[in-house]
Amino acid sequence: MFDLDKWQEIFETIRRNRLRTLLTGFSVGWGIFMLVLLLGAGKGLENGVTREIASDAINSIFIFPGRTAEAYKGYKAGRRIRFTNDDYELIKNGIPEVEYISSRFYIPGTPIISRQNNFGSFSIRCVHPGHQQVENTAIDLGRYLTERDLSDYRKVAVIGRRVRDALFGEGVNPIGQDIKINNFAFTVVGVSKESIADAGEEEVIYLPITTAQRIFNGKNEINRIIFTMGDATLDESKDIARRVRQLVAERHHFNPKDRQAIWVRNNIENFQEFQNVMMGMRIFIWFIAVGTLMAGIIGVGNIMLIVVKERTKEIGIRKALGATPNSIIGLILQESVFITTISGYLGILLGIATLEFYNSGVWLELFQSFNMMQGVDLNAIDIFYNPSIDLGVAFRAMILLVVAGAFAGLMPAYRAAKIRPIVALREE
Amino acid sequence: MLRLQNIHKSYPIGQQSLHVLKGIDIDIQSGELVSIMGSSGSGKSTLLNILGILDNYDEGSYYIGDTLIKNLSETKAAVYRNQFIGFIFQSFNLISFKSARENVALPLYYQNVSRRKRNALAEEYLDKVGLLAWADHLPNEMSGGQKQRVAIARALISQPQMILADEPTGALDTKTSHEVMQVLHDINDDGITVVIVTHEHDISEMTKRVIHLRDGLIEREEKRDLIIRP
Repeated sequence: MFDLDKWQEIFETIRRNRLRTLLTGFSVGWGIFMLVLLLGAGKGLENGVTREIASDAINSIFIFPGRTAEAYKGYKAGRRIRFTNDDYELIKNGIPEVEYISSRFYIPGTPIISRQNNFGSFSIRCVHPGHQQVENTAIDLGRYLTERDLSDYRKVAVIGRRVRDALFGEGVNPIGQDIKINNFAFTVVGVSKESIADAGEEEVIYLPITTAQRIFNGKNEINRIIFTMGDATLDESKDIARRVRQLVAERHHFNPKDRQAIWVRNNIENFQEFQNVMMGMRIFIWFIAVGTLMAGIIGVGNIMLIVVKERTKEIGIRKALGATPNSIIGLILQESVFITTISGYLGILLGIATLEFYNSGVWLELFQSFNMMQGVDLNAIDIFYNPSIDLGVAFRAMILLVVAGAFAGLMPAYRAAKIRPIVALREE
Repeated sequence: MLRLQNIHKSYPIGQQSLHVLKGIDIDIQSGELVSIMGSSGSGKSTLLNILGILDNYDEGSYYIGDTLIKNLSETKAAVYRNQFIGFIFQSFNLISFKSARENVALPLYYQNVSRRKRNALAEEYLDKVGLLAWADHLPNEMSGGQKQRVAIARALISQPQMILADEPTGALDTKTSHEVMQVLHDINDDGITVVIVTHEHDISEMTKRVIHLRDGLIEREEKRDLIIRP
């Protein structure tokens, strides 16, 4: 029931003790402000790193050739391992969990890329069609590479949006037009974009691997093999990585335990580790934030104790006039909950406003206009991407506040209810 | 209407206990105007606490009307205080940040009377003690006599069966004391039982019955038909 009188009582006490209420409220508001800010920063860091990771499929394995570190079966140590199309076929057929697979071939030297008088420097990946899923490449215009492109040795290319912008101009539709790579003409069939804004991945040209190997004297050489594993668990992915080593080791005659002969990057494992780190960080952040909040709550509890002490006489009068212990407890608790909730709410608002201010990027321009960002790597700032707290967390923080307010008021309220009216009345 | 039978009360003081009331028997009829006298240490404050349901007693029984007041929970005691007793204190005990009207209306708040109704009643009772014009004033804007009259209005508003006054004139000069006593007499004339605890002779001389307390026992009682009206 909404009790107007009780609220009037509370407003009255607050109005008469403005500074005290303000300071108390500040301690709680500050606590919740820090909580929001820390959680937001944590989320931002997580978003930033996740964005980096999510530019590759997180269920993928990358395999690169290396150099053997130990002698094995009559072969000397330090032997260089070279991957060929046979390794691609070996893994494609030898690992049943393979979902999408592609190898990559890099054109030796620095290829010259041009269209009419426009030149540019971009990385070129010569791949299989499965590369689209493996790298999470989205198509903006046209299409990705197909099996027919490979089997027919077509001279076609899929180019990133930034490549298009540089060679054709922004917003131009380049489909059907040619670009030149080392003076070989390739017809653009598609423009790719990254599903999550990652500028680097949009400065790439994709070519059919068979065509590229033939034109650029690659023979059957490949530089790496990438595949995805569907919804494999962490343990399954580790087992798959082990079998990949086994297969490749057998073919190239090196010890499967030789970690340097080939490099196997298991993204599921990496992602798991990343998530563990993030979880650890989240726990740490909550720990600090709740600690800050606790300090505020104890502050409120303290103030409420003083309030009870100050109002001993008044409480005694009320009791003599017929106030029940419950009504006294209610009075103190309600005030405590009120102060914590309002100031906590302001803390949340301020925290969210701060995060939004960061997100808006206005501060960047502001800093730049004062020449304060000289020598600062803007990409490093990028690691905080969209710091925010979701409504659920804000909501939980609100509940935490109300509970905290009640908790802070509980002891003082209990004390107040215990006051014997006659003692209170005699107190001068 | 008010019956004390063989009331005993002791307070623990360290290891020992101090026997303050050693068997008190008092019968007060409805509509009486009684004063309880005694020097300090006679047990009159303790007796007042028990009468006012502000404290428990160890032995005996205490009836208000037909209700036995014994070993009550805090909540029950609060309800009975609110229903049966109107308090008047030496130091007035008004709530300093509330206006006269709000102070008078407070007992009705604990009876869940609506705000409008209790404010109207409060004004009615303030009018009775001649302070309607002061309804919006805070206690510290009033004189001692005015404050005590506000306190009396507050004691009356819940229409109690008994007014319990603890040294009601202790903080007032003679002239104001007499004014306050006049108000108490008027209340008594309306049929409300008034019990005054005091150590002043000229106050007790204005009551029809005086109970003298000494060392936790009733020393003697005086009854008189002719009393000095203030």
